[in-house]
Amino acid sequence: MKAAFGFREQPHTADWELEVWAPDLPTLFEQAARGMYTLSGMRLLAVSPQKRSIALHAEDAEGLLVRFLTELLWIEQHEKLGFNDFRISIEDQTNLRAELRGSTIASMDKEIKAVTYHNLAVETTSQGLRVNIVFDV
Amino acid sequence: MVTLQDLKRISDYEWEIPQTFRPDMRVPVRLFATRRMLEDVMKDKSLEQAVNATTLPGLVGHVIVMPDMHQGYGFPIGGVAATRLPDGVISPGGIGYDINCGVRLLGSHISIDTAHPHLDALATALNQHCPSGVGEKGAVRLTEAELEAVCRQGSKWALKQGFASEADLRRTEESGCVQGADPGKVSKRARERGRPQLGSLGAGNHFIEIDLVEQVFDSSAASVMGLEVGTLAVQIHCGSRGFGHQICTDYVEEFQGAVRRYGIHLVDRELVCAPLSSPEGQSYLAAMRCAANYAFANRQILANSARKAFEQVLAGKVKDWNLHQVYDICHNMGKIETHVIDGERMQVCVHRKGATRAFGPGAPELPDEYKAIGQPVLVPGSMGTTSWVLVGTAASMEQSFGSTCHGAGRLMSRHEAKRNVRGDQLRQELEAKGIHIRAGSMAGLAEEAPQAYKDVDQVVEAVVGGGIARKVARLHPLAVIKG
Repeated sequence: MKAAFGFREQPHTADWELEVWAPDLPTLFEQAARGMYTLSGMRLLAVSPQKRSIALHAEDAEGLLVRFLTELLWIEQHEKLGFNDFRISIEDQTNLRAELRGSTIASMDKEIKAVTYHNLAVETTSQGLRVNIVFDV
Repeated sequence: MVTLQDLKRISDYEWEIPQTFRPDMRVPVRLFATRRMLEDVMKDKSLEQAVNATTLPGLVGHVIVMPDMHQGYGFPIGGVAATRLPDGVISPGGIGYDINCGVRLLGSHISIDTAHPHLDALATALNQHCPSGVGEKGAVRLTEAELEAVCRQGSKWALKQGFASEADLRRTEESGCVQGADPGKVSKRARERGRPQLGSLGAGNHFIEIDLVEQVFDSSAASVMGLEVGTLAVQIHCGSRGFGHQICTDYVEEFQGAVRRYGIHLVDRELVCAPLSSPEGQSYLAAMRCAANYAFANRQILANSARKAFEQVLAGKVKDWNLHQVYDICHNMGKIETHVIDGERMQVCVHRKGATRAFGPGAPELPDEYKAIGQPVLVPGSMGTTSWVLVGTAASMEQSFGSTCHGAGRLMSRHEAKRNVRGDQLRQELEAKGIHIRAGSMAGLAEEAPQAYKDVDQVVEAVVGGGIARKVARLHPLAVIKG
């Protein structure tokens, strides 16, 4: 039986595709972030905890998801920070506020170039929500 | 879903998906492949993505897909699409996140017999001189003013700094500098990512490779290029690093609003676009050209680093260790070019995403020495397999907007490659074949295993059979450096 929330890699010839599912939108976003970090093989230092707050707006849930993950990529590449504790609230599927806790990145296996909009659609299922995200690598 | 039955045979090497396949297609799809390759083509969504690309406004001719095609996002990799000026669209996703990803080939007079005892040392020296790996910083740290100069001047900036020769620039597509770049259209984030990374290889499928010129098919063309059987050559495959990735990310986001403003209906949001004549389209074009020039300068600095590595190892041991430029090509670009379509000469924006410009003999864009033979085309194989040097043809100008293939093309997903291949074992197998490997990540090495790619020889047979390129030389790998 599938867990209430989670992520798994799906086959994609050239890039990376991640299937994510969750009972609600904030959990879906959190799982997408965790999945993205897992794909890139990110390992965090156990010391020097860090906090960041972000607020984002988009026209719809898909746009908000791309902006959220893109923001995490920017922080990863610019500040060398990753997160493992997410407190996310989303209003009207278009406004996000997140409190993120994590630490400096110890190592990564792979670089994600970008989060794409390719066939991106947050779908409602009998268990909640699901989305497939394609990352350019 | 496209099936074999939907394909109309044009020749043994060319197939068409007619415009009637789907009501929203604006032009047909033309596919270059052998019948045997079509089975593999059907295994992923690349043809479906090509059909989606045919829905963009302002397309002319056909959307073309090369035999190294594979599934991407929005456009397929291996896709070529031309939109008419001024009102056709430009699509950042049709060019890709790694703007001006490309290949540079350096030739030499160093014989394999002389070099053989030094190959391992050369691999180590290249690895030391050419920074590679996830997020790795480059050989050059730029100030804001220097970054702007790189954006505007590309390889010309590298020449002024002593990283290049006039001959290097002459033998680079666009002479290493695309006109019309405007750093004012580049975001602060892209600038911050670009400043520290110039002169770095990155990770993924990017590499530096020492090759042996194994066989020559056209001795006069090879002679003009300075390629001799039994000598070493060096390939450099990389692009515009985080600078280009951020520019594409920024404009894919901005164009989400543009499609609404211009009433453009999309079948896939990654195909976002804006009319070339619009302020949004012009801004992207100017920013994309900054990334293109950054990538030219990046490969130029890496070439300079490769020359230093060769000097360090071979000086005093080999008479002539110089690496001369054969050519530098782009395979992820949007270019304003003039082509004849249905008998009409017109200006178009040619999107090449995983496809190489392949202008035929006489093209005014080519340096004098290549005008008689056509533009050199560099087709790297997968790690451990052969690579090819081709030239463009007159037919490529008529059939494919002066374009041809760009590599072997992936066959297996990265997920499957990692499941089936162990990086350390692959490294041992390649080294047993005499190929020296330097890799930053064993997982990354496994993803790029030769079995994850198509047979590059078949890809080349298809483009040569289809008339859109001609064989010049085949290269055999001796050492591979990957991030």
